[in-house]
Amino acid sequence: MTNKVLDVKNLTVDIDVPAGTLHAVSGIDFYVNEGETLCIVGESGCGKSITALAIMDILPRKAKLKADRMQLQHRDLLTLPKDEFARLRGDRMAMIFQDPMTSLNPVYRVGDQLEEVYIQHGKGGRKEASERAEFLLDKVGITAAKSRLIQYPHQLSGGLRQRIMIAMALMCDPELIIADEPTTALDVTIQAQILNTLHGLQREFNTAMILITHDLGVVARVADRVAVMYAGKIVEQGTAMEIFTQPNHPYTQGLMACIPQPGKTGHGRLGSIPGIVPSLVGDIDGCLFRNRCASIRPQCEKGEIPIQYLNEGHGYRCVLSVEESAKRAQVDTLSEAS
Amino acid sequence: MSIQPATLQRQPFAPVAGEVPVLECRDVSRNFLVGKGLFSEKKTLRAVQNVSLTVRRGEVLAVVGESGCGKTTLAKMLLGLLQPSSGEIFIEGTPINDVDIRAVARRVQPVFQDPYSSLNPRKTIAQIVGLPLAVHKIGDKEWRQKRVEEVLQMCEMPKRLVNQYPSQLSGGQRQRVAIARALVMKPEILICDEPTSALDVSVQAHILNLLQDLRDELNLTYVFISHNLAVVEHLADTVAVMYLGRLIEYGPKDDIFNNPKHPYTQALLDSFLTPDPTKDIPEIALGRGFPNPLEPPTGCAFHPRCAKVMAQCSQTRPGQTSVQGIKVECHLYPPVGAGQKAAE
Repeated sequence: MTNKVLDVKNLTVDIDVPAGTLHAVSGIDFYVNEGETLCIVGESGCGKSITALAIMDILPRKAKLKADRMQLQHRDLLTLPKDEFARLRGDRMAMIFQDPMTSLNPVYRVGDQLEEVYIQHGKGGRKEASERAEFLLDKVGITAAKSRLIQYPHQLSGGLRQRIMIAMALMCDPELIIADEPTTALDVTIQAQILNTLHGLQREFNTAMILITHDLGVVARVADRVAVMYAGKIVEQGTAMEIFTQPNHPYTQGLMACIPQPGKTGHGRLGSIPGIVPSLVGDIDGCLFRNRCASIRPQCEKGEIPIQYLNEGHGYRCVLSVEESAKRAQVDTLSEAS
Repeated sequence: MSIQPATLQRQPFAPVAGEVPVLECRDVSRNFLVGKGLFSEKKTLRAVQNVSLTVRRGEVLAVVGESGCGKTTLAKMLLGLLQPSSGEIFIEGTPINDVDIRAVARRVQPVFQDPYSSLNPRKTIAQIVGLPLAVHKIGDKEWRQKRVEEVLQMCEMPKRLVNQYPSQLSGGQRQRVAIARALVMKPEILICDEPTSALDVSVQAHILNLLQDLRDELNLTYVFISHNLAVVEHLADTVAVMYLGRLIEYGPKDDIFNNPKHPYTQALLDSFLTPDPTKDIPEIALGRGFPNPLEPPTGCAFHPRCAKVMAQCSQTRPGQTSVQGIKVECHLYPPVGAGQKAAE
């Protein structure tokens, strides 16, 4: 049986804003197994980045976190004292941010920044740290690692900086890596190379990874499992194959129809999701996708929408039955083709 | 200047014999002088080198390439905002340098990448969209207002939003406003610089559909700058691939996507992640990083990263040849007959 590295139940993040309470994340369940990649997809404002910050316990001060369970391996993250949490961060779990331009300190050499992680967490002295840094730079595909260590961030290209960030995340051999849009700021050619590196290293070290992205091309290639988020909730969760070939939630179906697919959509019309994301401030109730959904039912208006499971791993939060949603998907593809 | 009658009829350019492309670049180059410090010697950055393109009416030309390859410099020249260092740009057969910038602006309009910074936050939507009409002194106030409403409706913007400010709109709505502003003068050509890269996928789909509808309705010509190959595949008729300022491959979209000639284009298309869960992350045969454009490699600028590099690649720059309808600059495709450009 595979080992759950991270297990989260009913995670809720509320943020105080002048107009009231913003329900950034409302009651999401997910887990990541060892050596597995979970992709969290969704559009801006759906709560995917806040989820990452919540796991790392680096939420903004105005945010309040609630959860039934949040475990990293067998540690309970909810009751962990601040100082112990700080020791986990960077050691047992590490984060790679979107923008490699701003996540490195411009006034320190990259070598020092890499070594600091290692020394801070008491893994060894400066010598071991620098050996480890050199080893990892080599692993992430940077040639002449030794000479790179004494350079400053501004001397490196965006792709190189992102590789450094990956190396930094791996310094202490963490159990979990959270990558928040790690390739969005990069060119396509570099993106493929970085994803390759990340994937290869993850295999090698058997690390669990949460990859946050809005690029469905990346998701299709990298993910083992996918969680689709909309307005603070996970609306569908399953293996990448299930999500791409048999999406059940109307939002997932809409998202799939929106992406230009080579050889299929050329010069035709793309599917689109009408309307905009509802405000998450104040009381929210019922299915939050209902104002944009073509298959709305009376049950959508009120109460918690139950999750329907197709199998143990593949579930979607919608009142439509599996047959109804399959029919819906067919109508979508038909209207796309015409 | 007197107020023009309320019409968007343009002064025609001097007639040119035969059928002319809407837009043409002939051997266009642009250099910049770059100096690091006050006293250091200035270096020449060759942002765009010897680019020749023709765009027919109603065509969508996509310009693709990595950051720093000269896409945006080319776009600025097409808009008449930058003068080419050498070569000429023609609009409807008339050299862009021979006509007033206003006459160019009547025909060529931009849509920028970031709708958050390209709209003035202190002006209402109606003011933003109406500004070009005011600048060009076309029509009276009432007529302008009608035209603004008309064009906003064309861009599927609800009427109630005309008196709002950009900060009250979503990203997709802002991009619609930017498109409406570009269209208010009834231009022939839109230069779109990454118009959807700041938007979410579902919003991107809306904007791409809108751009296609507008093209069909108004017979517009697009020059579409993008590094999103999925979008290019979806929208373009012709593709121009740039690398370090040079046009290295240029031809019909289907031919290039199905059978790319240049090793760089091949690598670019390989790295394009289609949403197909049965496929793995591709291995990209691209060595090293993007070279420093101030010190471009000798010979073919792509040779240090090329998987099919040959001895001559570092020596001479390849000339442009035509292979199966695609124009390509690569030593793999030797020119037919004589007439190879002498290497610099």
